[in-house]
Amino acid sequence: MDAILFWLFAVVAIVASVLVVGQRNPMYSVLLLIVSFVALSGLYVLLNAPFMAVVQIIIYAGAIMVLFLFVVMLLNVRHEDDPVHGVSPLAITGAGPRRFGAVLAVVLAVELIWALRRIADAPFAADSPEVAARTSSVYTIGLRLFREYAFAFEATSVLILVAMVGAVILARKDPHA
Amino acid sequence: MPEPTLNTFLALSAVLFSIGTAGVFLRRNLITILLSVEVMLNAVNLTFVAVDRFLGTVDGQIIAFFVMTVAAAEAAVGLAIVIALFRHRETLTPDAFTSLKW
Repeated sequence: MDAILFWLFAVVAIVASVLVVGQRNPMYSVLLLIVSFVALSGLYVLLNAPFMAVVQIIIYAGAIMVLFLFVVMLLNVRHEDDPVHGVSPLAITGAGPRRFGAVLAVVLAVELIWALRRIADAPFAADSPEVAARTSSVYTIGLRLFREYAFAFEATSVLILVAMVGAVILARKDPHA
Repeated sequence: MPEPTLNTFLALSAVLFSIGTAGVFLRRNLITILLSVEVMLNAVNLTFVAVDRFLGTVDGQIIAFFVMTVAAAEAAVGLAIVIALFRHRETLTPDAFTSLKW
């Protein structure tokens, strides 16, 4: 059962991600990315991490993707651009650099798979019930997060505050323009 | 069907990461490039959680949680920059933004 669900979620995640990259309409890209996130959330459940699954849906599919959708609708860009006025198409995204980029991506994939093939296969240990209960409980995660990782947690809150101020300042209308 | 092992999860995560990388390299739309970065971040999160399950700890989940908050901050600032750029040039092609100052 777990195996079937794993392959189902894995195929959905990969197909959706390929389509995200392949779509020409950013609107569809965003919606397909949400599908990919939902599949990943299912994988987290299979990995005995229900907290991550819920947070994945709430933060990623709920908050970040809504932000993306909002910007796509606000800017109202429908298509990958046709040649723009006064912009040389060869600068960054011309045929040559893109071909080079595609080669780099393939090299990366080959290298990752080559590295993976060198590790011995490691099946997940059959957890004893108390280990499974410990690693999947929000109680354990909360204790660890607010004790050992308290500094990182506080630093993250400062980071989010700075990002919020930065986003407001960056997106504001230029008073001199 | 073979039972998924740690390596299966790592391979899946490698595939997703490569798809994201290809997106960053191949697409010429700033929003899609940001979306590809999100795909890459998710692949990394999957690695963290899978290794976490393998080791029987919760630290990987906590780090994946931090990655998510950083991704949220990155998306907010990145999209603000996209909006500011779009105001100047009315386009989202990275080619339009090759000069530091205009």
